[in-house]
Amino acid sequence: MSDFPWLLAMVVLPAVGGAAVAALPKGRDAVAKQATLGVSLAVLVLAVLATVAFDTGGDRFQLTTAVDWIPAFGVQFALGVDGIALVMLLLIGVLVPVVVVASWKDTGPGGRPMKAYFAWLLVLESMMVGVFAATDVFLFYVFFEAMLVPMYFIIGSFGGPRRQFAAMKFFLYSLLGGLVMLASVIGLYVVSNSQIGEGTFAFDALRQLDIDPGVQKLLFLGFFVAFAIKAPLVPFHTWLPDSGAEAPIGGAVLLVGVLDKVGTFGFIRYCLPLFPDASRTFAPWILGLAVAGILYGALLAIGQSDIKRLVTYTSIAHFGFIALGIFAFTLEGGSGAVLYMVNHGISTGILFLVVGMVISRGGSRRIADYGGIAKKAPLLAGVFLVAGLASLALPGTNSFVSEFLVLIGSFPARPVFTVVATVGIVLAALYVLLLIQRSVHGPVRGLVESQPFPDLRRRELAVVAPLVALIIGLGVYPQPLLDLIDPAVSATMVDVGSDPAGTQPVHQPATAEQGAN
Amino acid sequence: MIEAPDLSLAALTPLLFVFGAALVGVLVESFAPRHVRQPVQVALALVGTVGGFASTVFLALADGADPGEVTAAGALAVDGAGLFLQATIAGLGALSILLFAERGLDPAKSAFVASAAVPAGSPRDRELLTDERVQTEVYPLATFAIGGMMLFVAANDLLVMFIALEVLSLPLYLICGLARRRRLLSQEAAVKYFLLGAFASAFFLYGLALVYGATGTIRLSGIRASVTTEGTGTLLVLGLGLLVVGLMFKASVAPFHTWTPDVYQGAPTPVTAFMAACTKVAAFGAVLRLLYVAFGTADWTWRPLVYGIAIVSMVVGVVLGLTQTDVKRMLAYSSIAHAGFLLTGVLGLAGSGLSATLFYLLAYGLTTIGAFAVVTLVRDGDGEATQLAQWAGLARRSPLTAGVMTFLLLALAGIPLTSGFTGKFAVFRAATEVGAWPLVVVALVTSAVAGYFYLRLVVLMYFSEPAEDGPSVGVPGLPTTIVLAVTVTATLVLGVVPGSVLDLADRAAALVG
Repeated sequence: MSDFPWLLAMVVLPAVGGAAVAALPKGRDAVAKQATLGVSLAVLVLAVLATVAFDTGGDRFQLTTAVDWIPAFGVQFALGVDGIALVMLLLIGVLVPVVVVASWKDTGPGGRPMKAYFAWLLVLESMMVGVFAATDVFLFYVFFEAMLVPMYFIIGSFGGPRRQFAAMKFFLYSLLGGLVMLASVIGLYVVSNSQIGEGTFAFDALRQLDIDPGVQKLLFLGFFVAFAIKAPLVPFHTWLPDSGAEAPIGGAVLLVGVLDKVGTFGFIRYCLPLFPDASRTFAPWILGLAVAGILYGALLAIGQSDIKRLVTYTSIAHFGFIALGIFAFTLEGGSGAVLYMVNHGISTGILFLVVGMVISRGGSRRIADYGGIAKKAPLLAGVFLVAGLASLALPGTNSFVSEFLVLIGSFPARPVFTVVATVGIVLAALYVLLLIQRSVHGPVRGLVESQPFPDLRRRELAVVAPLVALIIGLGVYPQPLLDLIDPAVSATMVDVGSDPAGTQPVHQPATAEQGAN
Repeated sequence: MIEAPDLSLAALTPLLFVFGAALVGVLVESFAPRHVRQPVQVALALVGTVGGFASTVFLALADGADPGEVTAAGALAVDGAGLFLQATIAGLGALSILLFAERGLDPAKSAFVASAAVPAGSPRDRELLTDERVQTEVYPLATFAIGGMMLFVAANDLLVMFIALEVLSLPLYLICGLARRRRLLSQEAAVKYFLLGAFASAFFLYGLALVYGATGTIRLSGIRASVTTEGTGTLLVLGLGLLVVGLMFKASVAPFHTWTPDVYQGAPTPVTAFMAACTKVAAFGAVLRLLYVAFGTADWTWRPLVYGIAIVSMVVGVVLGLTQTDVKRMLAYSSIAHAGFLLTGVLGLAGSGLSATLFYLLAYGLTTIGAFAVVTLVRDGDGEATQLAQWAGLARRSPLTAGVMTFLLLALAGIPLTSGFTGKFAVFRAATEVGAWPLVVVALVTSAVAGYFYLRLVVLMYFSEPAEDGPSVGVPGLPTTIVLAVTVTATLVLGVVPGSVLDLADRAAALVG
């Protein structure tokens, strides 16, 4: 079973599906939706089967497929996953069908047909799978950049009133980051050319290069800027509130839930193992940015009057926690960060979806326009509360486990940064509870009063139910995911030569990984 | 025609084909009755260019591993790079001829005016606007230009290079002035191009004289030998500088670019496509030959110069490109920026830099012809609608046209899975290999800025509401359809599976002299 090219199928199937949906004749929106849902569910099945085929005690990269792609550049079309990438594929597999169902009744601005939206969603899914599954740096770059195109059209064609501006800003920021990274990608190639004798982009070969520290710093910065824009870390974040607020809800879920994770994934997959010295050199600075992001994102979230912008600012705070975990260079911190990536995709995903349901009923993004939702739509209010609590990492929800792991992992290595970061937890409670208090509780007023404001429909229940189940399920029993994540993270920590002083002992059999390298 | 089994004549077949077709074209223009001229001229020009293309391919196959030869008493070099460039020029030239031959778009059946000498704005001129009479000089003229370009990239001798420069330039000056609509702009473009082009030729000639004075030879290999044995004096470096100025002018590299936007805008769009693609290939071919063959052993003489010019060209191209409101002018500035990107490849080592530049030229030429072909489709009552604002909401009117244009623009912006990315990667890799990474960083940042003005058009086409009296999208006839199909397919293939063409460029990357 493990011989089947699961990953290739997960890249090709949605791409073909997207092309097929795009080729449907005009006016067949219903068929487009059904086909998109079918394909995205099939990808979910593939992701689950791939997870079953994955051996947690086996090689670092499994389910590999590799064919020569551009021999002149030494580029391979090489796919493979470690535990980190695999959990991200699972997240993609879950979120895309959810988003499809959530977007079922959406209408495009100006009555624009939605067929293109679903086609772009599938293309985006293919690119997202590719970006996490690529084990060739060139291929990773190709997916990283090509992924912008579907998201650009999703925001620009189907977003809110300022969608043109938001789409352009999103694309240009990401393009700039990507191109700076391209300089480093080329630099890596040239270094490999001089060290191995032939240029290569294969991750495993590049990991073993011994790069001069000065060069490492430059190459690291190229990758770092791209990922810091993507993730985004303060001060590279200004595109996210615009894009997140203007994107259609489905697009926003995937943008914040998955696309931005490419940045944090890039830190842990590329920055740490390829440039260990530079990573250690720059770690204090990056931790500073991370902690600044936690506080800044949370403070700005408290001050927002637009619900969607609020959610994007909370994400900036969450990305700070993820970066904190990664650049603490401990197993707990790293595993917590990766788990955080998954959990944040789920909790912010559901928060965006619920917010979208509220907005679709009221027709306004202003928090002040709502009040007393609980009285008219108790079920919606309940799910809103669950989503909010998951976002503030209440014990029992999935986010708690990851946030806790990040903090206990970072504290021994970086006590000062960690202590400051914990302030973010208090602020998180503030922005979530204030939002819930203002819009859900209190007397019925504003748009909740003037609009019909029905409770959750069956379709909407189907959207939120799996995510609520995951929030509670992973909150109570996160071990299966940690079993997948831990070996890959400890291999990464070995690559980066994690600082022994003050580090938790690496409790996984890291030596086996080392031998495999 | 010429029956000489002489090997060197065989090496000249591509040139003979094209020039032969051009000469026969002149005869047809003089003696054939008016009503048969158009089909005959189109056929002739296509036979010439496609024949030229086929014979270069044939020569390349026949030569196999042969590094090449110097022929025609040392005046011409037939080598891998030369053949690759000749094939590129002939192929792109054939596509341009197809654009010239399009009769389905303009209500008056042709993009070219029936009588170019009539003063713009006169009553006779207004009559001509709707006159379905077609003048066909444009075909032999363009064929001559293509022949000149093919000679230009094979010239092994500065004098031949100069003659080729004139052979390719003079017809171009003329056909720039042949637009059927907006006559005044077109005539202004022709005069401007002619005057500035004459200046550039003078620079080149002066440089030639200085180099001759310094080395006593005009043969590239002779100059190389002299540089190697006797070193470089002020006179020689000055001469080189002037030669480079002359060539950079043709390649529309900033700061020698000032003609480009005006001429690109004023010339008939098929001619603009032709110039943007073929002239650029030819000029860069000559630059490569001059720098690598004649001055390859003294690269310190030109490296800093090219380094600086590349930065200027990229920055000028993208910064001024941002402010444009006309599609053709925007593409003109894009061409200036791309000239800068190409120069980063020229800085690479003779091996990878040469092959990267060859590949980039091919990829850029195909994409840019496609982009201009789309421009010919979007029309209002007054001809082509080239104002950016007029393109608003085009995707609603014609999703296919907007999709094609978007794809080509993404290729120009260098997004992966398009030929533009492969080309950029190749030239930037070549430059990084020789340690020019600061230049590469500048190039990448300017690429990101350039992304803005390409995307601005995409935003307009897709995300804006269509204007009430917006332009319509013409239904292209067979020739334009072929051009679009070829260019879009090539842009995609060179982006997704570029391996074989990259290998070809690698194998072709050899210059003799």
